Amino acid sequence: MTGKLDLDPRTVRHARSLARKAGRPIVTMAKKHTTVSVERATLRLAGLGGADEEGTPWVNRLVDVVRADLDDRGGLEHGVALPVWDALLRGEGDDLLTLAQKAAAGSVTFRLPEGKDATRARAAARKQVDAGLRSVDARRRERERLIGRHGDAPRQPWIYLIVATGDIHEDIPQAQQAAREGADVIAVIRSTGQSLLDFVPEGATREGFAGTYATQENFRLMRAALDDSSKELGRYIRLTNYASGLCMPEIAVLAGLERLDMMLNDSMYGILFRDINPVRTFVDQRFSRQVHARAGIIINTGEDNYLTTADAVEAAHTVTTSQLLNEYFAKEAGLEDWQLGLGHAFEIDPAIPDSFRMELAHALLAREIFPKAPLKWMPPTRHMTGDVFHGNLLDGFFNLAGALTGQGILLVGMMTEAVVTPWLSDRDVALQNVRYVLDAAGSLHEDFHPAPDGLIATRARHVLGESIELLDRIVDDGMLDAIADGTFGLMKRPADAGRGLDGVAVKSDAYYNPASEALDAPPKAAR
Amino acid sequence: MSEVLVPYGDTRGDAMVQVSFTLPMAHSKVAEGAAAQLANKMGMDPALVVHAKPLGPDHTFFVVYGRVNHVVDPSQVVVVERDYPLLSPKEVNAAIKRHLRRRLTVVGACIGTDAHTVGIDAILNIKGFAGEKGLEYYRELKVVNLGAQVAVPQLVERAREEKADVVLVSQVVTQRDAHLLNTREMSAAFRESYPSDKRPLLVVGGPRFDEMMADELGVDRIFGRGTTPGEVASFITSRLAPPRSTT
Repeated sequence: MTGKLDLDPRTVRHARSLARKAGRPIVTMAKKHTTVSVERATLRLAGLGGADEEGTPWVNRLVDVVRADLDDRGGLEHGVALPVWDALLRGEGDDLLTLAQKAAAGSVTFRLPEGKDATRARAAARKQVDAGLRSVDARRRERERLIGRHGDAPRQPWIYLIVATGDIHEDIPQAQQAAREGADVIAVIRSTGQSLLDFVPEGATREGFAGTYATQENFRLMRAALDDSSKELGRYIRLTNYASGLCMPEIAVLAGLERLDMMLNDSMYGILFRDINPVRTFVDQRFSRQVHARAGIIINTGEDNYLTTADAVEAAHTVTTSQLLNEYFAKEAGLEDWQLGLGHAFEIDPAIPDSFRMELAHALLAREIFPKAPLKWMPPTRHMTGDVFHGNLLDGFFNLAGALTGQGILLVGMMTEAVVTPWLSDRDVALQNVRYVLDAAGSLHEDFHPAPDGLIATRARHVLGESIELLDRIVDDGMLDAIADGTFGLMKRPADAGRGLDGVAVKSDAYYNPASEALDAPPKAAR
Repeated sequence: MSEVLVPYGDTRGDAMVQVSFTLPMAHSKVAEGAAAQLANKMGMDPALVVHAKPLGPDHTFFVVYGRVNHVVDPSQVVVVERDYPLLSPKEVNAAIKRHLRRRLTVVGACIGTDAHTVGIDAILNIKGFAGEKGLEYYRELKVVNLGAQVAVPQLVERAREEKADVVLVSQVVTQRDAHLLNTREMSAAFRESYPSDKRPLLVVGGPRFDEMMADELGVDRIFGRGTTPGEVASFITSRLAPPRSTT
C-alpha cells in the first residue's frame, strides 16, 4: 500500500519529530498533575463502584471527602491512595465501600500518613489496584480467546455501525440486528452532554438525549449481548464507546473491565469542542490512554470534528497535524500502531470540482503517513441535505474512497443523515451500499497508482507541507499557547480557563498513585 | 377558480408517486399484499409494489409506485411564516459586523436548581446540535456560558459585567412548574436592574415551554424542543442587527 504518493521519507520523519517536539512539554506537564477523575479511576480499579441514593457515585463521594479533609495540606495534591488506604489500615472501614459510606456520612477523618504508616498504605493500595489491573489483563486475554474461537471480521475495512436510542434495552436488539446485517463494530452513541458530567452515571439507563449514557452496567449488558451475537454469527463483534470528556480516565477503566474493544479518545476534542480545561484534558487523556494500552483497546481519534467546523479543503492540514499529535501522545502512553484508529472524514463540498480526487489525496496521505494504523474513515455529514438519493450516491463514493485507500475502520454513512436517526431500512440500504462497493471494488487499491505528478499526489504533498508549517508554529508558540490562540478548530482555549479546572492539582512530593506507578512501568514481556 | 394539482411522474395529470416503507412482518406474498393495501389506504390506486426485500426474519422493506387519487389546491395552503429569516453563520457574522461594528455578546446559563446543561450546551458549544454548529462557532458572537445552577442575581451581575446583548436561559427541569417560576423571576430581575431600552434581549428555551407564552413570562422569545443554534442565531441577528434588505 505504501509509496503511492512519492512522499519523501525525510519530510515525514521531520513532521513526526515536530509533533514530538510540540507534544513533549505537554507530557511533562501531564506527569506533574493529577485530577479528580484520575483519582476516581484509581479507586474504580481498586473495586469501588456503585452510587448513593441520589445517584452520586461512591468514588466521587470518597474523593471529595478526602480532598476536603486534607484541604489545609494541599487537598488532592498527594493523591487519594495514601489517605484512603491509611484509613482502611486504621480500621475505619472493612472495605472501600464501607469507608466511602462512612466518609459521606462524615464519620471518618482522613490524614496524610507518614513514615511506616505511609509505606504500609502504599503496599495495601498497590495490592488492591494491581488486582484491578489484572482483571483488565484477563479481559484482554478473554478477547483474544474469543476472537480465536469465533473468528475475526472477514475483511478490512471493518464495518462500523452506530446505535443510539437512549434506552440500553432498545439498543441491544438494534445492535444485534446490525451485527446480523454485517456490522463488525457496534458503537453506542452517548447521551448529548455526557462528556460534560464530572461523574459517571450508574446502572442500566433507559433515558438519554440523542444517545445512551455510558455506564458500567450498560457496557456489561451490551458486551454480553454482542458475545451472544459473536457466537451466533461466527465472528467476534467489537463494541465501541466514548471516553472523551471530563471522565476519560474512569470511562477507560470501565471499558477495560467490561471488555470494550474500541474507544473514542481524542487528545484535544474536549478542549476544543467542549471547552474542557486543557490541563485537565491532557492529564486525563494520558492516564486513560495508558489504561487503553493495557486493555488492548483500539482508540479512535476525532479529527473528523475539525472538518465539520472548518472547510474540508482549507483545513485538511489541521487533520494531518492532529493525527501526528494524537499518534505521539498515544505512543507515549504505550499504545501500539495497531491500536491507533486515527480519524479523518469525507467532508469536501461535492459541488467543488475534483472533490473526489482531493478526498482520495487526503485519505491516501493519512494511509501513507501511518501505514500500520487502522485508520478510522468517517462518512459525509456536512453536505448531506435531506436529498436522500444524492446522499446515497455520496455515501457510495465515500465507500469507494475507503476501499481505494485501504482504510481500517469504516463508519457506515446513512443517506438519512441530518434527517432522522437511522431507520431499519436506512441501515439496510447503507449496508447494501457498503457491501456492493467492497465486493465490486474492494481490491481496486492494487490497481490504483496515482500519477506521481497528478492532482492527487501533488495535493497530498501540499497538505503535508502545510501541516509541517502549522507544526512549526505550534512548536514555536508552545502547544498550550497555540490552543489558547485558536490555532485549532477556530476555538481559543486558554490553559487557565474551561470546565474541570478545579479538579486539577499539581502533585506533591508525597504523591502516590499505584495505578500510575504500574502503568508507567515498562511493559512486561510476559503479559 | 383556483387550479388544483396532482403529482407529476412523466406526464401532466398522471398523479404518480413513489413511497418506501417497512412492515414488521416476514417477506411473503401476503406481506406484498399488505404493502399494496397500505398504499391503497394512502390513496394510491393502482399501487405497484416494485420492490420487496426482507430485512432480517421479521421485517420487509417495500418500494411502491402508484397513482394517487388526491389533489392539492395551492390557494388553500396556510403557512405559518417564521417572523425572522434563517441566516447562515456567514450572513449572521456579516450583519453583526455591519450593524454593531463590534462582536455581539451572548450570556447563557441554566438558572435555578436545574443542572441539565444539555440544552444550553447544544445551542452554545461549538459542537452544536442537529448538524449545526453552536453559537461559539460564529466569529462575531462572543459567548459566555455560565453553565448550570446559576442564581438569577448572579446571572444579572454577569450580564452587566459582560455588557450582554442577549441573555439565553435554558430550563429542562419542570417539576412544579419550576421553569415558569424561574423564568418570571429572571425577567423581573432584568426589568428591575436595567432601564427598559437598555435591557438585553431575553431568550429562554426548553422542551416543555409553550412558545406562545413569551409575553406572559416577560421575555422576548421562547424556543421549544428541537430548536437549532442557527435558528437562535438568526433570531438574535434579526432583532439586534437586521441584515440589509435586498431591495
